[in-house]
Amino acid sequence: MSVELDVFVGNTTIMDEEVYQLWLDGYTVTDAVKVRMEGGVLDECEANADVVLSDTMDQYRTFHMCERLLHSPAKLANQLLYQITPHRQTILIERYYAFDDGFVREVLGKKLSKGTKKDLDDISAKTGVTLKSCRRQFDNFKRVFKVVEELKGPLVENIRHHFLLSDKLAKDYAAIVFFANNRFETGKRKLQYLTFQDFAFCAGQLINNWTVGAVAGPDSFVDNMVEDMDVDLDKEFLQELKELKILITDKDLLDQHKSLVCTALRGKTKTFNEMEANFKNLSRGLVNIAAKLTNTKDVRDFFIDLVEKFIEPCRSDRWTAADMKLYLTHYTNSVHILDTFKHQIVWDRYMGVIKSCIFKMYHD
Amino acid sequence: MPGKLKAKIVAGRHLPVMDRASDLTDAFVEVKFGNTTFKTDVYPKSLNPQWNSEWFKFEVDDEDLQDEPLQITVLDHDTYSANDAIGKVYIDIDPLLCTEAASVISGWFPIYDTIHGIRGEINVLVKVELFNDLNRFRQSSCGVKFFCTTSIPRGYRAATVHGFVEELVVNEDPEYQWIDRIRTPRASNEARQRLISLMSGELQRKIGLKVLEMGGNAVVGYLQCFDLEGESGLVVRAIGTACSLEKLSSGSILNTHTHPNTAPASNACNSPSKDGKESPLAHGCRSTHNSPVHSACSSQRLSQNFSISVPTLIFTGMGSGGSAGKEAGPLKTLLRQQTQTALEQREFPFFTLTSFPSAFLLHVGGVVNARSVKLLDRIHNPALGNTRSYKLLDWNSVTADEPETRDAWWEEIRQEIKSHAKALGCHAVVGYSESTSICEEVCILSASGTAAILNHRYMREGCLDIGSTDHRFEEPSPPTCGFCHIPYDELNMPFPAQLTYCYHCRRQKVPDVLFTTIDLPAEAAVTGKGCHIQARLCRLKKKAQGEVNATAISNLLPFMEYELHTQLMNKLKLRSMNALFGLRIQISVGENMLLGLASATGVYLTALPAPGGIQIAGKTPGDPSNEQHILTIQKRINDAIAKNKELYQINPPELTEEGVGSPIPEPRQRSRLFRSHSESSDELSELDLSHGKKDAFVLEIDDTDAVEDIHSLLTDANPPIGFYSCNTETMPGIYNWTSGIQMFTSVRILRLSNTNLTNQGLNKIFTDLCENLLKSFYFKLRSMVPCCLCHLNFTVAVPEEELIQVAVTAVAMTFDKDQTQEKLAEKLIPKGGSDTDEQLQFPLELCADSSNSQPSSKISGVPESTNISSRAASVDYGSFADRCSTWLELLRLKAHTIRRGSVKTSRRTQSLAHSVSSLEHSSPLPEGRSRSLRSSRSFGGSSVTVVKMTPLSFLPGTRIIKYLGIINMFFIRETTSLREEGGVSGFLHSFIAEVFAMVRAHVAALGGNAVVSYSMQDCVLMENPNKNQAQCLINVSGDAVICVRESDQDSLASTTTIGHSCSSTTDVTT
Repeated sequence: MSVELDVFVGNTTIMDEEVYQLWLDGYTVTDAVKVRMEGGVLDECEANADVVLSDTMDQYRTFHMCERLLHSPAKLANQLLYQITPHRQTILIERYYAFDDGFVREVLGKKLSKGTKKDLDDISAKTGVTLKSCRRQFDNFKRVFKVVEELKGPLVENIRHHFLLSDKLAKDYAAIVFFANNRFETGKRKLQYLTFQDFAFCAGQLINNWTVGAVAGPDSFVDNMVEDMDVDLDKEFLQELKELKILITDKDLLDQHKSLVCTALRGKTKTFNEMEANFKNLSRGLVNIAAKLTNTKDVRDFFIDLVEKFIEPCRSDRWTAADMKLYLTHYTNSVHILDTFKHQIVWDRYMGVIKSCIFKMYHD
Repeated sequence: MPGKLKAKIVAGRHLPVMDRASDLTDAFVEVKFGNTTFKTDVYPKSLNPQWNSEWFKFEVDDEDLQDEPLQITVLDHDTYSANDAIGKVYIDIDPLLCTEAASVISGWFPIYDTIHGIRGEINVLVKVELFNDLNRFRQSSCGVKFFCTTSIPRGYRAATVHGFVEELVVNEDPEYQWIDRIRTPRASNEARQRLISLMSGELQRKIGLKVLEMGGNAVVGYLQCFDLEGESGLVVRAIGTACSLEKLSSGSILNTHTHPNTAPASNACNSPSKDGKESPLAHGCRSTHNSPVHSACSSQRLSQNFSISVPTLIFTGMGSGGSAGKEAGPLKTLLRQQTQTALEQREFPFFTLTSFPSAFLLHVGGVVNARSVKLLDRIHNPALGNTRSYKLLDWNSVTADEPETRDAWWEEIRQEIKSHAKALGCHAVVGYSESTSICEEVCILSASGTAAILNHRYMREGCLDIGSTDHRFEEPSPPTCGFCHIPYDELNMPFPAQLTYCYHCRRQKVPDVLFTTIDLPAEAAVTGKGCHIQARLCRLKKKAQGEVNATAISNLLPFMEYELHTQLMNKLKLRSMNALFGLRIQISVGENMLLGLASATGVYLTALPAPGGIQIAGKTPGDPSNEQHILTIQKRINDAIAKNKELYQINPPELTEEGVGSPIPEPRQRSRLFRSHSESSDELSELDLSHGKKDAFVLEIDDTDAVEDIHSLLTDANPPIGFYSCNTETMPGIYNWTSGIQMFTSVRILRLSNTNLTNQGLNKIFTDLCENLLKSFYFKLRSMVPCCLCHLNFTVAVPEEELIQVAVTAVAMTFDKDQTQEKLAEKLIPKGGSDTDEQLQFPLELCADSSNSQPSSKISGVPESTNISSRAASVDYGSFADRCSTWLELLRLKAHTIRRGSVKTSRRTQSLAHSVSSLEHSSPLPEGRSRSLRSSRSFGGSSVTVVKMTPLSFLPGTRIIKYLGIINMFFIRETTSLREEGGVSGFLHSFIAEVFAMVRAHVAALGGNAVVSYSMQDCVLMENPNKNQAQCLINVSGDAVICVRESDQDSLASTTTIGHSCSSTTDVTT
């Protein structure tokens, strides 16, 4: 005796959020039933194992059939096959496009290609995320990447509009797309301590300040339709960054800068001596990063450079986060007083991003 | 040329990619009606084509408009090879032919392909211009409204209920034609879909003609079924109840809606002029037209037909056994005689309705049931031998005699039902339905209904208005219990039963148990809550062919019916209940087994005596170990009964001393329900005062069978806390429905791998299957608690030798936890205001219901305060009416009432006028509302209208403002990649979802937002996993409606209920 067929179809599609999560997480039906039963679902409604199994299979089937629609979420709203309340639709989409920070950290900055897809089982083993779930997340990244690649206009807006995602999730996807497009190196051992959210924050800073779209500003519609405006860094700006080199090549300027900063810092921090001693080194580091950004290779190494050239020396000198804040604020602002330095705007645009990135990245 | 059909193809979306090279599609559309075809231009390289075509115009007969669907085919243009079909849409034009229904069909339809399922959507506009046709001999029946709803639809009142209409048409099944061997599965499926669409169109038209002949304008309780008889053909048959419906004005719609289960109240039609219709001039009914009209060209004799009629059991009260047709005694039947004359003119006084206007149903006798086993004839179809060119719908040459045969079969069964009803002293059958079960060449035809006595006035025109004001004079008892009173003569009972005086009015006799196929009358007094009761049975039979097989089956049938009945009775007792409503007994035949499933909703009717317990008796009393065993079982049963009483809140009022005074017939010897029922009924005439001794049913454990039965009795699990279930429209004893609903269809198929199963083993498997299904529903719907599964409709089938299929459609509805308070408040408000005038007019009546002292009973027209009036002083109208020895006397009384009624009318109209004016200034008119709903749909955020579906005739918390027409759809789906689609489960899951989607799309295109009285008549699945193939046929039907939220017009409802005379259970939805 065996169950040959078992279906349950509601006029309004019934979806259990818990089972949906299990499905998204790539559990097999058997595992999902186990998890549900351990979770105490049997206490509800006098259910037994058969009932839970039947329900789980039904739900899995429903999700499987809906998956096609979730690939282009806009369709979900005007398809006729499943009657799903708008609220439910939002949940379905949001959860489907949600990802594990552990997983995304592994593929961040990598090319979203077949090659990477082949490595997914390694990533799965490393992160503990099931292969099925890895594939879904990877395909989501790729799908979003492909769609926005061909679109004009602001990146976050495009993602939110095409995939009906929440603001937060759309921003995260923008970060992923931005990283994948610029192929930032994030996998080096020295960068391991950084979380996805650290990178996502930095990506947001870069998108908002260093891209073509950033210049146009949110209120200007003139350049709004430039392709890849939020994905590619502003080439002109990168060229201009070379001018900042004068801050380290001109000895007068360097000394002047140092004395201004040291005057401001003196007595305000315990690590003042280290700061004073390291000033030239650190300043050289930051300005060199800026000057090299015209090179695609060096753009990729942006984060590793930040860590190696700035964050690690500071950390070895045991700067606190407050020290860091104090130092960078004065370091940036002091340049305004240097009257021979003509590139104040570029400096601010550069340091604004560097400052917030370093603040974010300066932790254990 | 009486009609012009216009269609416009607007656009498509989400089309499938047909050209792999470009990942796009070059789509165009063919629009076909009858033999005329139009084409749109090709819209190149798009998955979202915008055709925006001209209006395609078809000039056609209205007959064709009724029969034919509009056929829209979407194709992919291919320059070098044949164009590829993407899919089709069939649009039923019928709703546009009724002036009161939809005026335009406009919306997105899923493009359906029988192999690939839904493939994108197409936006279509359809209109019809009808020219008036005065030809008396016309063949069309445009304008006759069809309703699946088995009650008088909301917003209408029944001026006349004409009675039973039936029709069937037969054709060859395209699947079994020779051409099927050379055409593609797709072509074959499409031929079948189209044929069935044509056949149901024709069927509907023919039924419509009969209705027109009878003078009616609508069919209520329309039930259409398909019999796939394989090689011997395809039968489409339908039954329904012809009525003359009148639309109530908008003001009164509001009124009647608050009271859906009883008569559309009198206020709309109480004008004095209508009273004249009671005059002798008013004609009764024309029953002679009731017989099917066929062309009489049966030169081909059907000599090979073989049929066996099964001795049918009549279930009523208790007991079984064949019934001798005894005529009812003379004393009781004054009233009946009048009704009978009207009804007996008819060939079949049957009604497919399950709930009725108040005062329509006078008495209920019990369930009548007839089955017959027939052999389908394989070879008699001459077309199979001929090399006839294939043509759809060739009625005359091939199968002209076929409907005759089938008609004769059904005629036979209906006659049997009629005579059973007569034996119960009843002249009508209500809640009537027919069904078949086919396996190879054996076919079981079944019919069942509830024998009843009806108020004859509804058979005449213009009667209802009067009926509702003066029915009390005619009716021997109050509506809360009147229908329970026995219609047959107590001295001459058709079957053994115990009679007692009605526990409610104490005036008339009632049986100890009542079984019916109808819904619980809204005004019935019920104690506690109801519950879903199911009896399940499997019987193995030997594989056989032809006559031997048919004989074997018909020998088994009576035993199965008896066992099902016994099970039902035991389960009813176990739940301490005394009546079953909505009883549906299904017997399905397979090659090596018969499946029986009886479902009903049990309730405790206050009017009926409390059921006794169940007593276990051992066969060998001496054996101590056995004794011990019996004691434990007895204890378990007693515990179960006590638990159930608590669960269903069955606390019948203890009778006072005064109550005991009335004579109660003696409970004869203990009725041995189980396996012993030899008592004769004749001894029941003595009266005895020894009331209070409750009669217990004795279960005798004499063999393993009995032990098995007791186990199955006790293993039926009650629904978990927060859940109730029933198979009727609403749950007796539950009020305050909130708006949450979830309709669902579930199908489960079990494969029996064990080849040498016993009957017991099989029973267990079948019972577990049903129980597990219920458990699954409760689990799935647990987020809706507290909720009730209503209209649980189980359908069993044996699709293959070792498969058992159970399909269920039901609706889960949420209700307010707080039951009592609301109910009382609700009850008092309308009553206090509305019935004062009636109370003044009928002061004597007030005491009729005084025995009712619990607050939970619902008695329309009698406020609680009347309890103080003394019983003894009351004049009993019931017996008074009985004593009226002549028709004249009654007439005089009636005339009296009519006069009083018309005085009341002026008051009523006043309040009506008041409500109409308040309607105008407080909120937009319903029509306007619906329009604004539709416009918001096209411009709002979500582009898809939410369409609710329910098997019930109403949606809680809403008001139906318009019926848009009947939805009757038939789909076939086939796959040759079963594994890829997720196996049979995946295949059926997506098919059912697609069917829902297509129903919703059609309703939305008609401008509606809900389907009521939805049902899935057929779900036939054939699979061949080895070949990776499966095929499924689904037939669904329902009524498309527009409904609006009740809360939007709350203020109105409260003003208008003041003019309204009764309250009901469903009232509470406000």
